[in-house]
Amino acid sequence: MKRIMALMDEIKEMSRRYPDRRAALLPGLYLAQREYGWLSQEAYEVVSKALNLPPATVKGVATFYAMYKKQPMGRHLIQLCTNVACMIMGAERLVDLLKERYGLEPGGTTKDGRFSLVIMECIGACDRAPAMLVDRDFHSDLKEDNIFEILEQYK
Amino acid sequence: MGREVEIKICMGTGGLAAGGRAVMNAFAEGLKAEGIDAKVSENCSIHQVGCRGFCARDVLVDVIIDGKRTTYQYIKPEMVEQIIKNHIIGGEVVQDWTVKEDYQAFHDKQVKVVLADCGEVDPEDIDSYISRRGYEALQKVFREMTPEKVINTIEASGLRGRGGAGFPTGVKWDFARRNPGDVKYIICNADEGDPGAFMDRSVIEGNPHSVIEGMIIGAYAIGAHHGYVYIRAEYPLAVERLKIALEQARQRGFLGRDILGSGFDFDIKIKLGAGAFVCGEETALIASIEGKRGMPRPKPPFPAQKGLWGKPTVINNVETLANVPAIIRNGALWFAKFGTEKSKGTKVFALTGKVNNTGLIEVPMGISLREIIYDIGGGIEGGRKLKAVQTGGPSGGCIPAEYIDISVDYESLARMGSIVGSGGMVVMDETDCMVNIAKYFLEFTQAESCGKCVPCRIGTKRLLEILSRITDGRGRPGDIDLLVTLSEDVKAGSLCGLGQTAPNPVLSTIKYFRDEYEAHIHEKRCPAGVCKNLLTYTIIEEFCKGCTMCARVCPAGAIVGEKKQPHHIVQEICIKCGACFETCKFKAIKKG
Repeated sequence: MKRIMALMDEIKEMSRRYPDRRAALLPGLYLAQREYGWLSQEAYEVVSKALNLPPATVKGVATFYAMYKKQPMGRHLIQLCTNVACMIMGAERLVDLLKERYGLEPGGTTKDGRFSLVIMECIGACDRAPAMLVDRDFHSDLKEDNIFEILEQYK
Repeated sequence: MGREVEIKICMGTGGLAAGGRAVMNAFAEGLKAEGIDAKVSENCSIHQVGCRGFCARDVLVDVIIDGKRTTYQYIKPEMVEQIIKNHIIGGEVVQDWTVKEDYQAFHDKQVKVVLADCGEVDPEDIDSYISRRGYEALQKVFREMTPEKVINTIEASGLRGRGGAGFPTGVKWDFARRNPGDVKYIICNADEGDPGAFMDRSVIEGNPHSVIEGMIIGAYAIGAHHGYVYIRAEYPLAVERLKIALEQARQRGFLGRDILGSGFDFDIKIKLGAGAFVCGEETALIASIEGKRGMPRPKPPFPAQKGLWGKPTVINNVETLANVPAIIRNGALWFAKFGTEKSKGTKVFALTGKVNNTGLIEVPMGISLREIIYDIGGGIEGGRKLKAVQTGGPSGGCIPAEYIDISVDYESLARMGSIVGSGGMVVMDETDCMVNIAKYFLEFTQAESCGKCVPCRIGTKRLLEILSRITDGRGRPGDIDLLVTLSEDVKAGSLCGLGQTAPNPVLSTIKYFRDEYEAHIHEKRCPAGVCKNLLTYTIIEEFCKGCTMCARVCPAGAIVGEKKQPHHIVQEICIKCGACFETCKFKAIKKG
């Protein structure tokens, strides 16, 4: 409960920075996501109450944007780019490899809750494609023989 | 003893991914262990710098001793000790690890305005920027320029929007200035989303103060007191450095109330995007800042009339703003010297794909594609043949190899059915299938279409379906004409730039590579050997030694044959994964 109150206060505080409290909706959703790890029903309700916005508005905005997580995530989030620059350098093979090794499907989470995989539309690391973000770390020049070496560092 | 030693380590996203932090720590520890202060110099400093472009060679390290610069490439922490002992202490450059002629060639044809200080300044240290004439333009503006004069200077320079559309920046500022209202906004669009593009990320990571300075000048010109930087959340390092830079600018009085005693108030807030490509469109971006779904609306009214919260608003791209301080400092004529008649200045490109030297480059407008690919890019990987260059991301098109001598400027690329765009440049070789490339771009635009208007929402979906069936080997006669008609409809009927340009990759590949589409549809063949369903792998009997390697790696068990006898692929079982092709040492497997 204390946690919820603190989160609400933080979101309310943020809304005062803008001419219209609704402008705090996107940052508010990030705060809720940080707190819960994903946007659960409770997370939506907290944001809705803090900003005095209808729950449908809050959920409607959240579902528009790819970076809000609508389901629980694994301990580590792999964001792998398969867009053009990465694709022509072999990213599709990496998707297959993740499936073979961890049974990890795009949009899914491993059974042990260790990794979640999200396919990204360009993360701006095309000069060393293919590339991925694991949590907040960029990894590039990915190949069959180094991707697992990198991922094994994330327990 | 009084030597001045400066070490600059590339710590952009590229440098960090290659281990830049560990290299920096190795230098710090190594120098300390050697007691460098006493032994060599009291003036020894280590700086992190942003991207200098040649990220493929990271970690790049400059060792500057009394002004003499040596650049090392591919540096790993374990190499640092030798550089310290031999070079910094011993005065002997470690020749094996320095950059060679190709590094110079990469830079020879570049002209750096926006990136002039990227790779030189420490992005987290405002004094480093100030020491290279940073915030000088801002002082000049407050000292001697009216807002009108600032606008006139920018107009005279010929600067056009670097985000893609190429609208004259000075004219945009003038509109916003003339629109009445006490509250106005300036927004920096850092929602860089084109696949194959990372210019804005690199500029913010490498020299965030240049963007901030440009933005303050823009705000002064239009009369805005509030600014926003709308930046992708996928760029954690850029966001972090921007935050640090804004805080430092506030402390020095470049932001806030009564800036430098001018009486002008202005401050900047950061607004994070949330992974929606369409938010790069200005009205969608405004909706997103306001806390709404990022959907575009019809124009007019233009943002300069009714923008953020209904107030006059100017939206400029990162690179556009980063040009502003240099133009103010050096004058409009200086800037207009670079480029062509209608496209002035330089353009930053992200050079990627199948070139030897991938990286971030800045070239004068009007340079030829050939110079970019062969002189700067060092040619095609593996000596293969260039097939096409994709510019402008999902809004652009593919320019075929035979037009490689065209000038890179807004007008010439538009005539080719492509655009300069925000600066993505993906080089493709003979092993890339152009139908597949078009399909990839449509997958992107279809996924990123906001769904508000029908032509874009349904049109991109139908285009993708047709492209998918062609690449799957189910293409029908008449599909090419259908793609063209539908593309024209989507272009004509869509509400915003996303839909209006989404068919460009399809149209340009049909225009220049129609034969590839026809081979897919009529002959069920992918000439580049990319589309899986159209491939067959066969064993050339006279080359096969019967080594059994292919049979062992085949995950489907589709390869049969006796040891030391030619093998055979059972087509009904083959899943076309290509494992045999990659494994065979005797080139006995034919793909096609």
